[in-house]
Amino acid sequence: MTMPAPTRHDEAWRYSDIAAVEAAWPLPAPVSIIVPAGGNFARTIVQGNGAIHQLDLAIGKCATAAIYILNIGGDFGRVELNVTLHDGADFKLGAVQIGGNTQTLEIITTVTHVEPNATSSQIVRSVLAGTSTGTYLGKVAVARDAQLTDSEQSVKAMLLDRSATANAKPELEIYADDVKCAHGCAIGELDPMGLFYLQARGLAPADAKKLMLQAFVAGVFEGAADEEMLIEAALKKLGELV
Amino acid sequence: MLKITNLHANVADKPILKGLTLSLNASEIHAIMGPNGAGKSTLGYVLSGRPGYEITEGEVTFNGQNLLDLEPHERAAAGLFLGFQYPVEIPGVSNVQFLREALNAQRKYRGDTPLSGAEFLKVAREQAGALGMDMDMLKRPVNVGFSGGEKKRNEMVQMGIIDPALAILDETDSGLDIDALRTVGDGINRIMRKPDKAVLLITHYQRLLDYVKPDFVHVLADGRITRSGGPELALELERDGYKELAA
Repeated sequence: MTMPAPTRHDEAWRYSDIAAVEAAWPLPAPVSIIVPAGGNFARTIVQGNGAIHQLDLAIGKCATAAIYILNIGGDFGRVELNVTLHDGADFKLGAVQIGGNTQTLEIITTVTHVEPNATSSQIVRSVLAGTSTGTYLGKVAVARDAQLTDSEQSVKAMLLDRSATANAKPELEIYADDVKCAHGCAIGELDPMGLFYLQARGLAPADAKKLMLQAFVAGVFEGAADEEMLIEAALKKLGELV
Repeated sequence: MLKITNLHANVADKPILKGLTLSLNASEIHAIMGPNGAGKSTLGYVLSGRPGYEITEGEVTFNGQNLLDLEPHERAAAGLFLGFQYPVEIPGVSNVQFLREALNAQRKYRGDTPLSGAEFLKVAREQAGALGMDMDMLKRPVNVGFSGGEKKRNEMVQMGIIDPALAILDETDSGLDIDALRTVGDGINRIMRKPDKAVLLITHYQRLLDYVKPDFVHVLADGRITRSGGPELALELERDGYKELAA
């Protein structure tokens, strides 16, 4: 028997496009990846056509994994990561979502440190225009034994129109007592003085905005094997919005 | 070149400029001096088209063209440069990328061919060198982590690269030590003292005028020019203060 489709009462689906989720239900089983002890893994996910991606990732002892996400396409796009870190493992997420019109885009992560000495770092940048909605729900759970966990989340959203919506919920659930967990979250608009400065030097308003947005998302894909492709695709999408 | 006639402007519904009239011809350097709150910076912003500045009366022509009809980037392409009193920090955007895009946008607007990366770097290196600025600084994000003096120097490097016809320099001398003041003054003379160019220097103090000799000095008080004269007026102001002269 399959599970019933989620509703808005389910926290992880609270801001979703429920009609689109129901249409896609039941979802196939999540992609499951196990990175063996000492291994290295990297994957890029470009959500370009309105799909739901679910990925379970278990990172073995002293292994590393990096996930890069560009979430830009379709009316509803969702990328869900469920990450488990073992002793001394390292997880890195660099995610950008760029939405316009009536798009609903979301990135949901659950990062669980089940054993000590693991590190995780998540950077998420959203740029939202029109009446689009961009959501990041990011939970970091640290088990009782996972001492010396070092985890950080940096979440920023830029609204290009007052009608766009950004939801951001970095969440910590910590049962160990010797851990370092940092999280920062900011939602803002482009600095009007910065835009004027660029325009006063000759850039047309759209180009000035694009340059500032490029700076906003730059760095997120640093280290990705296909960094250039990701930046190019992000810039193309930004160009459609400004 | 620039003709301002009876200019009135409001900021947040408050009148700041109240009938300002001023003309600059090519080859001239004009200094505008005046007390705090007289409207000096407002004049610079109104001329460069900053949003939020409402022009209620008067007109401004720049080489015969109605300046107030143009967007800020069109004014830049037409040859107007504003040197900011507080240059803005733009994290993540490198000076080099920003200036190349800005310069090429201006060239494109004027129908000139854009500069290649190598051609641009040559110009940038020359200008940075002439102003004693390290090329490494030019590769860093725009003004981020720059000291007050470095920001002003960067404004002058930008002016050198863009090579405008008219520069409005808003307190470019503030925040500079004596050596930097001389460097910046030399830069203004080198870049702008030419038969086909003009400068409007907005300043509080005489000291920049020791390096950049103005042809005309004006006193701006309460939103209009209350007195105009030659370089001797600046010395008079320095001696007697604004109160005496603005009255």
